[in-house]
Amino acid sequence: MYEGAVQELIDELGRLPGVGPKSAQRIAFHLLAADQADVQRLVDALHHVKERVSFCQTCGNIAESEQCRICTDPKRDASVLCVVEEPKDVVAIERTREFRGRYHVLGGSINPIEGVGPEDLRIRELLGRLSDGSILEVILATDPNLEGEATATYLARTISPLGVSVSRLASGLPVGGDLEYADEVTLGRAFEGRRRIESG
Amino acid sequence: MLRTQKLGEADRIITILTRRNGRIRAVARGVRKTSSRIGARLEPFNHVDVQLYEGKSLDNVSQVETIDPIGGKIAGDYAKWTAGTVMLETAERLTSEEREPTVQQYALLVSGLRSMAGDEHAPTLILDAYLLRSLAVAGFSPSFDECARCGQPGPHKAFNIQAGGMMCPGCRPPGSAAPSPMTVALLGALLSGDWDTADQAAQRERTEASGLVAAFLQWHIERGLRSLPLVDRTWTNHAHVQNL
Repeated sequence: MYEGAVQELIDELGRLPGVGPKSAQRIAFHLLAADQADVQRLVDALHHVKERVSFCQTCGNIAESEQCRICTDPKRDASVLCVVEEPKDVVAIERTREFRGRYHVLGGSINPIEGVGPEDLRIRELLGRLSDGSILEVILATDPNLEGEATATYLARTISPLGVSVSRLASGLPVGGDLEYADEVTLGRAFEGRRRIESG
Repeated sequence: MLRTQKLGEADRIITILTRRNGRIRAVARGVRKTSSRIGARLEPFNHVDVQLYEGKSLDNVSQVETIDPIGGKIAGDYAKWTAGTVMLETAERLTSEEREPTVQQYALLVSGLRSMAGDEHAPTLILDAYLLRSLAVAGFSPSFDECARCGQPGPHKAFNIQAGGMMCPGCRPPGSAAPSPMTVALLGALLSGDWDTADQAAQRERTEASGLVAAFLQWHIERGLRSLPLVDRTWTNHAHVQNL
């Protein structure tokens, strides 16, 4: 236990995800030894992120105004929508540079055992976006785990009657690995989702 | 596999129901990474063979082999998934003590989930049969024939949750329900495993029976199940429902 302010800082840092008591103590002493200007930059960054950042009113992604930069970008294909669970999934897909459509962030997945049902996610907002007929395809990019699969199943069942094309991200073998190390569930999915190779 | 919870950057805490050692919680390290070889096996519903080694507070998972990948078969159907999730939550709640052998609960859950994955009966019928039987195994067997208080042979008209089943006119407390005789027959069939009778039941009786089973369950496990209100009961278009 340390004196007042130092212990307060350690306690607050220790509440952050992935930061244990030892790490919290190390960060606290690093901050104590750091220049005043460096610490002030960190304080300003924390202030700004809480003041300026909110969620896009259209897609639910992180934004610094009412709409995020992807929703306001006229170069993005407005007819294709990719549905993801969290804002960090948008970043992961953007890194691929393969997708030029827009996004819809659900805010999680359906998880009955934790009491999270369809009403707790941004599904009503998604259906609202699909109602004007401008979106022709929805790509379901929920996590490849059981909750993600079941959420995709629910969404496909809800969206399909609207006449919108619905697809699900493929699951299968990671690029650069050896086949023998793949687990049977992933390998089975790879067989299910195999594609024909046209003779070149 | 009953449940998974995120832990740290890439780990999960898993809850499993085992044949010999009852309910166990363990840490599975790195299973949220796409490179994990065991992450896909450690999903809820899956029937797996797990090797654990003892840790400080929780055990650690070292190896996993799949016996039956039930999760994949259930998650592709929203009605089956929501009904199956109630079965998992019930199994967790009815095995309140960790590491206390519960062979009957284990066998009941595995057979119920296999039946659900194999489309043997409507999901809500399998769910209600599982709930009645798991409550019976836990010592809360309802009576659908003789009076739950005095034992007078039935059939009787009144059903009382607090008393534990059907009640004769002499024992019937005020506020008892009066389900239809067909519903009582369905409940008895679900408890005894008479699937010929259960599969023939009309939707009206199925709905009434589900309501009584849910109320009976909630009464005995005290805290409500989170997953029960989220069960999708729109499966009625399936071929198993013959008498709409």
